[in-house]
Amino acid sequence: MTEATTRPAEVVTARSGRPASEVTVEALAAGTLRTADIMISADVLRTQAAQAREHGYGPFADNLERAAEMTDLPDDEILTIYEALRPFRSTRSELDAIADRMETAGAVRCAALVREAADAYAARGVLRDGSAAIPPDLGS
Amino acid sequence: MAPRWHRLDLLDARSGALDGQLPAAPEEGLVAFPTPADRQPSLRVEGGVVVELDGRQAAEFDLIDRFIAAHGIDVDVADEAMAVASLDAARMLVDLFVPRTDIHRLARGWTPAKLAEIVGCLDAAESILATRKMRVRRSPSIQAHVTNRLDDPALLAADAATAVAFGFREIETTVPVAEHAAAAALAILIGSQVGVPGAITQCAIEEAAELDLGMRGLTTYAETISLYGTDSAFVDGDDTPWSKAFLTSAYASRGLKMRVTSGAGAEVLMGAAESSSMASLESRCVSLAWAIGAEGVQNGGIDGASVAGSVPNGFRELFAENLMVMIRGLESCSGNDTLVSESDLRRMARTMPTLLAGSDFLFSGFGSILRHDNMFGPSNLNGDDLDDYLTIQRDWGFDGVLRWPGEERIMSVRQRAAEACAAVWYRLSLGLIPPGRVNDAVEAASSRELTEDEPHAVSDAARTILDERISVLDAARALLEAGYRPEAEALLAVARHRLSGELLAPSAILDESLNVLSAYTDPNDYAGPGSGYRLSAAREAEIAATRNVLDPEVIRAEQAASAGSVELVEVGEAAVGVDASEVVVGVSPAFGLSLHRTLCGLTVGEALREVLAGVAEGGASARVVRIVGTVDVGMIGLSAARLAGSGIGIGLQSKGTALIHRRDLKPLQNLELYSVAPLLDRAAYRQLGRNAAEHALGGRPVPVQNPYTDEAITARYHARVVTLMRIERAASRAGAPAIDLEVRFDD
Repeated sequence: MTEATTRPAEVVTARSGRPASEVTVEALAAGTLRTADIMISADVLRTQAAQAREHGYGPFADNLERAAEMTDLPDDEILTIYEALRPFRSTRSELDAIADRMETAGAVRCAALVREAADAYAARGVLRDGSAAIPPDLGS
Repeated sequence: MAPRWHRLDLLDARSGALDGQLPAAPEEGLVAFPTPADRQPSLRVEGGVVVELDGRQAAEFDLIDRFIAAHGIDVDVADEAMAVASLDAARMLVDLFVPRTDIHRLARGWTPAKLAEIVGCLDAAESILATRKMRVRRSPSIQAHVTNRLDDPALLAADAATAVAFGFREIETTVPVAEHAAAAALAILIGSQVGVPGAITQCAIEEAAELDLGMRGLTTYAETISLYGTDSAFVDGDDTPWSKAFLTSAYASRGLKMRVTSGAGAEVLMGAAESSSMASLESRCVSLAWAIGAEGVQNGGIDGASVAGSVPNGFRELFAENLMVMIRGLESCSGNDTLVSESDLRRMARTMPTLLAGSDFLFSGFGSILRHDNMFGPSNLNGDDLDDYLTIQRDWGFDGVLRWPGEERIMSVRQRAAEACAAVWYRLSLGLIPPGRVNDAVEAASSRELTEDEPHAVSDAARTILDERISVLDAARALLEAGYRPEAEALLAVARHRLSGELLAPSAILDESLNVLSAYTDPNDYAGPGSGYRLSAAREAEIAATRNVLDPEVIRAEQAASAGSVELVEVGEAAVGVDASEVVVGVSPAFGLSLHRTLCGLTVGEALREVLAGVAEGGASARVVRIVGTVDVGMIGLSAARLAGSGIGIGLQSKGTALIHRRDLKPLQNLELYSVAPLLDRAAYRQLGRNAAEHALGGRPVPVQNPYTDEAITARYHARVVTLMRIERAASRAGAPAIDLEVRFDD
């Protein structure tokens, strides 16, 4: 009914470098599986991004490329940055500092997104030091 | 008091009368499709940069405009796309010779207002056709809500396994008590892999907490990442397009599938619609979903569905929201997850077009549990409706993705899932779920049947899961060690698919054989009759096998079990009687031979006894004959009348249908008719006999009347009648003469 094309598992490796084909109950029973063995790798995400672009999904591909950069960020760092990007959480300089830090870590696309957010938040008054309340033009 | 038509009192008492409806009020956003008050489509690109979007210049862009302008418009196709008149674009949507992918390409250059205007050109039937053509994945799928008011883990696991047995491929849970989330996520993760592997799960809670569960592998996808169509609603939702874009990438960075949520009515409910129509605001959400790089959108009302339902064309707008997602090439998780009306007619009317057209996900949460256990609030269809849903699927032959798994199968997966959950709890030191509780959960219709004796057990377990950083690997190992190897293997298989990134693709699901079906591997290729997704023979058979299909052999056996109510001894070929007061009772070919019980529950002997008693009471004599040549009650009655000395005959079928006939009437005429056999009783048959006697003696009886009924009488009985009539037919012989019968009752 459907021609599902599944990539052979052995060509895929996890963030740890371990092949997906080794993610088995035997490895589990032996106690050798680690969290990093089941975490997606940046390479796989970039491959997926390329495939998305081929299929005409430009912004989705951009998203996957940002994701590839984020594989190196620890979970709590990601949660912290997300929180900082929420409205009225950060000052301009705090967002710039996050962007700088990401850029240094090689996450250039993520850094660009944060800088863009800083510009937009400044323009629309959703920075922490911009205004304590929602400015009138947001509600109009 | 002024006179009033009493029927209005009855209409006031109907469930649909409880639904509130509102006049359209465009200034408050209470209007379905764009009006002249909306922002009008426009786009200007200078030097590769969008400088005007839907009537606003760059300097006036709000946050949403700004993000869409920067990321959501393909400037290479923008001029060409915006030059297509909206009506022409709408016609392309239903033109089966215009490939879906051509439209996706143009859509990359359509602004939000443009897309809203395009879908507004389609009427209901055209919307269905466009949806059939535009959805991304060829194979439809369906998502279940699995929740309960107690967040009881054994019940969650059992209900998740049950959902999978019915055919659900995504399982969404949420919790009435936020701190229970991790325990609920773990329970459905376990239950979802029992019986059939590969269903994926999510736990809808606060954005950051939800991501955290996903990072631990306790969920496999997310969809409750809310987008709004106005800045003020967005900020009230504690997010911005950039925070959501970051969150979207965060999910992908952990291999988690993620779609967003939006839908008409949300902004209106927040008093923040900014005088835009529902379709316009939703189109902004869908454009934003595209721009931030989500793989799909859950929309079509969602929490605000009843707001859309309160205005004219509201349901068509909800359906158009899904279509907008499909036009942008994203996965549509097609709403239908809010009980949109108190009226069964209205709520099914809301959902039917989705079912006929098909969707990537027909429901963004069919409540697989009972209404009162749905912690999202009742879905438009719930566990209460499963049989109806399966029957409607059978009626129309669409693929609603579900099946009747059989009672044995359900009990076996429920037992295994609840036990597996208890075993994992034990091995991970989350707490003790006693065997008695497991068994109660397995049998429970809902959490109402469970006691609330350990109110902190679930939150304690959830706390341990978070503190000990228990992950999917821990759950898999606990399953393996407790002897649940297939479930452990299934969890690892899903993990391998996460590693491959294929589950991130637009519209990706795992089928029951663990194949990835997505926009890439299973693209919708509908191009008219005979193309696109079609039912296989095996699937047709599965759809046909609903729970209430009657087995003709069971009916035969039921009839046989009622044998012996009367002995009818054949005396010889019947001749015309000479007694002027004689009424002849003609019984049908199988009466008392292979058929023994009428539709109202009387034995054929009881019915016949009453008729004969009535004739006697009326002062006439009676003779009973078997009419062998016909199964038709009119012809049986007429044949009997022609044999009767009085010219008056009674026709009586085994199923209990009866009438009084006269020898000079045409076959389809008769004097009195009981057409509704299921509603008859002894008194009715006796009265029929008395009236026949009165006719025979030249009197003028008050005709019998069928009882009042508002039952779907044919629906209840026709399936059975077909089998009974087949048996009558087999006992008949065309042209055979009537036979005189001697009637003997046991007592």
